[in-house]
Amino acid sequence: MNDKKEQKKEQIIVASLHLFATKGFYNTTIPDIALSLKMSVGNMYNYFKSKDLLAKEIIKFVSSYFGRKIKAINEENISTKEKTRKIVEVYFQTALLKPEMIDYFLRIYLSTREVFKEGCEGMICVNDFVTEIMIYFEEGVKCGDLRDQDFFSAFGLFMGYMGGMVFLKGENVLPKELDQYIDDVSSNIYKALSA
Amino acid sequence: MKKTRVLWLTLMSCNGNTHSFLNYPYIEQFLNDFEFIYHPIIDSDYTLEEIISQDIACDILLIEGSVADDFIKAGVPGIDIIKRYAKIVEKIVTVGTCATFGGIFRESNYKDVSGLHFQEERRTDKYNDLFEKTVSISGCPVHPEVLVSTLYAIKKGLSLKLDAYLRPKEYFSYTIHNGCTRNEYFEYKVDNHHFGELEGCMFYDHGCRGPFTHGSCNKILWNEVNSKTRAGLPCMGCTEPSFPKRNIFETKKNMGIPEFLPVGVSKRTYLTLAGITKAFTIDRLEKKLFDD
Repeated sequence: MNDKKEQKKEQIIVASLHLFATKGFYNTTIPDIALSLKMSVGNMYNYFKSKDLLAKEIIKFVSSYFGRKIKAINEENISTKEKTRKIVEVYFQTALLKPEMIDYFLRIYLSTREVFKEGCEGMICVNDFVTEIMIYFEEGVKCGDLRDQDFFSAFGLFMGYMGGMVFLKGENVLPKELDQYIDDVSSNIYKALSA
Repeated sequence: MKKTRVLWLTLMSCNGNTHSFLNYPYIEQFLNDFEFIYHPIIDSDYTLEEIISQDIACDILLIEGSVADDFIKAGVPGIDIIKRYAKIVEKIVTVGTCATFGGIFRESNYKDVSGLHFQEERRTDKYNDLFEKTVSISGCPVHPEVLVSTLYAIKKGLSLKLDAYLRPKEYFSYTIHNGCTRNEYFEYKVDNHHFGELEGCMFYDHGCRGPFTHGSCNKILWNEVNSKTRAGLPCMGCTEPSFPKRNIFETKKNMGIPEFLPVGVSKRTYLTLAGITKAFTIDRLEKKLFDD
């Protein structure tokens, strides 16, 4: 596929990510997305054959975005404690600056499982992100900073906590901005996971 | 054709390689082409005393067992026997992991126990003048067919391509994973293995070192029949410099992720592939191979 077509695909992903996250998956139609990009509906189908396929591409796009960010942190020569803080920071900053990214994950990907049943089995569509979290854990245990335990018990604690905070923010429950919770949340996570 | 004359010298050893060699299925043919001037078990022309006191004509020196300066064999330092015959022979072959890397006798009370040229991965530099003459056949024990085939290659004057530990690439470029009958279970991350059973991969829980151990066990079967992994026992990595390891039936994991990965595969690549394959359930691989 040529670069121009790839660029257009990405534009469609970014526009539909915003629409899905704000209006909801079922309330957003392909004509809505086409209209927001000033494209014809027919042309849209040249890029994505269905709304479901587009939804799967979007979650891969979001996963890849976080994967790249965490990979950069994993490759830094810093302690696991510092890495923990940086990962929380990336997550909360993204929630502040690109809220649609996390909203899509929490409100579409996790809540509309029927759309992702085929083609996104297990963690396939969020693999880029999960792989980097695995590397963060594995290296943390190897250097003696983190306690060895089942991957999912650690993963659930980490993601559930961060996701919960962003969800509360989305519901306008939090009294402070998300970035003011970075220190406490990352410190709590590190304490809970440390050896 | 003239028989090739071979000296089998045993140093610090359990004689496991000697026993393994006796399982070579065509030993009669071998003895038509080779003769032992001395062997600890097989009838030979000379006694050990004669070997030590004289310079007997010989083509290949086989060393079984670990090397240590203070190890005495039949009243003389074992290393002196090696030095004496190294001058006479065309080639030296270290037979087994002890003679190559030091093996389990590194745990003994002797000082500086090593293989002839290596102490685990480290080159010892003690017998550099013998380095060019040496071929290593690691394994605990040595695979008899790999040993014999190498001896025939030497007899025929073939140029052997060797790896960094002087092992013939013909046999040691592969991993034990190559040819393992459980490869499908590895590919699809089906790890429900029980010892001795045909199903499941042993890499995840039972310490199998096949994906990062070099050798031909699953290409050239033992006794022409089987291999450890085919029979349901994990590969213990017996051809590698670090052998033997502790906790050989356990896979060292950090937060569920194996610490040692298939040779040459990065952690990121491995986890990406594993994440994809683990998402699927392949019914055929979840069932027993034979229902009855």
